[in-house]
Amino acid sequence: MAHLEDQRETIYKVDPAHPETRDLPILRTEELLLNMGPQHPATHGVLKVILDLEGERITKSTVVMGFLHRGVEKLAEHGTYHQFIPHTDRLDYVCAMYNNFAYCRAVEKLMNVTVPERAEYLRTIVAEIQRIIGHLFWLGTQALDIGAMTVFFYTFRDREILLDWFDELCGARLTTSWYRIGGVERDLTASLETKIRDFLAYFPPKIDEYVVFLEKNRIWLARTVGVAVISAEDALGYGLSGPTLRGSGVDYDLRKYESYGAYPKCEFSVPVGKNGDTYDRYWIRIEEMRESIKIIRQCMDQMPKEGPVMADVPSVTLPPKNRVFTNLESMIQQFKLFSQGFDAPPGEIYCGTEAHKGELGFYIVSTGGGNPYRLKIRSPSFIHMGAFDFMAKGYMIADAVTIFGSYDIVMGECDR
Amino acid sequence: MHPLAETIQARFADGFLSAHEWRGDLAVTVKRDALHAIGRFLKDDPSMDCDYIVLVSSVDWPDEEERFEVVYEVYSIRHRHRIRVKTRVPEHDCFVDSLTDIWPGAEFMEREVFDMMGIRFNNHPDMRRILMPDDFPEGYPLRKDFPLQGKGWRDTFEFLNEGSAS
Repeated sequence: MAHLEDQRETIYKVDPAHPETRDLPILRTEELLLNMGPQHPATHGVLKVILDLEGERITKSTVVMGFLHRGVEKLAEHGTYHQFIPHTDRLDYVCAMYNNFAYCRAVEKLMNVTVPERAEYLRTIVAEIQRIIGHLFWLGTQALDIGAMTVFFYTFRDREILLDWFDELCGARLTTSWYRIGGVERDLTASLETKIRDFLAYFPPKIDEYVVFLEKNRIWLARTVGVAVISAEDALGYGLSGPTLRGSGVDYDLRKYESYGAYPKCEFSVPVGKNGDTYDRYWIRIEEMRESIKIIRQCMDQMPKEGPVMADVPSVTLPPKNRVFTNLESMIQQFKLFSQGFDAPPGEIYCGTEAHKGELGFYIVSTGGGNPYRLKIRSPSFIHMGAFDFMAKGYMIADAVTIFGSYDIVMGECDR
Repeated sequence: MHPLAETIQARFADGFLSAHEWRGDLAVTVKRDALHAIGRFLKDDPSMDCDYIVLVSSVDWPDEEERFEVVYEVYSIRHRHRIRVKTRVPEHDCFVDSLTDIWPGAEFMEREVFDMMGIRFNNHPDMRRILMPDDFPEGYPLRKDFPLQGKGWRDTFEFLNEGSAS
């Protein structure tokens, strides 16, 4: 019993200025340090955040990352430009197609290669399919993290359909490596074209279905509206991009600002939020899926029915696979490109691409020869985590998950 | 020369070294001492208005006297222009002024440069390693003299072998 009395003394402190409070229990207050992660189901990989708490409010957060660091930038310096394409799959492993696209565009800018028209359309269609997959994945997991489980099953049902197309297109669902420098690896199959057309009619009502689950869900609204507000000025200073930046009211979208692929030939709008909170970032992703459907439909209509899907620049681009096995010159070309690489001109370029998470950029320094001298990946997840401390200050512990969920982080890309 | 580079040259005659344009990218090389002032000018001057920080990176040129190159890339949402600002640092005096007070997003990116290349930033709020472990003893992995397979730190780890696993 004496032991219990002692414990009371430490927990309840008496305020000496007010002796009458002697009999009232006064709660002890002190700062609490909470380790969140590295193994936490809502961190989308391996991320650790050390939270300084005052009660349930976050006063400071320290992000600890690098658990998934594989030294991709170092590996790039030791391989040829073509050999790096499969490495880009493993950056943002949820949406490999867009990483391939961003990398191939950067190398095409370095080598000054123009992509044939049909390939540009194919690239745009697949990139938009990948954007839908990315947003479906985000929507399902974000809702799951916040506590709305049902949406997850609906979004993953539709994501499976799209991943099966990738399987048909290039033989892999996630690590695709379908884009090539100067074009794409192969053309659409005939059945895929009809499948895409069917999907264009199937999908828009499904978006309304997800929205029904969330838009009138009081828990979802309470946990997203007004949470993690960031102003446009701060968001720009922190280098945020993609839906995270557009939620704050800046219409920065590289598809419009520095248009590429077949985007200049398509009509679409860029949804922009007003309040910069988690709800706006959610709303933008929903609207972007609708815009993606519009873009895919226009591309399917405008795309030339036939044509090469790979640029014919033998010093840079790979020969068609069927010719490699039957034609000596093509075989030598393939062999030389993979063993020595192509001779890149000395210089440096930066090329940013609007992936569904934000601006995915590649900064390549070349000193000539087949390997990049330096390759820096500007990954949106890494840069978004830089703003985490700023955005989480003053919010609840439970909101921490909402906040880095709303960046749509994937640690493979964050740690590289 | 590109008009933006001319503006920088006119304003910072001492700090400006050269401008280079290739494949539509504008790169400006400046002296290390002028980097912070030029960064402030790029952010605050209405004709520049570079409010969006794109990336901070570094390149290693081991054969040159000023071995490291620190690269900042900034963008103006209003004017839609992109400027790359580069500065050189010698190995024996590996310091640059941090631009975290101008663009707060530079904090993590500069930490990564320090982690990978070993360039320190003055007035940085939290100059620690970010991707590699805090006690990583082998140096800076993206330097050109760092071997691809590492320097053997992992060989010192204890592994369970088949004999002891049973």
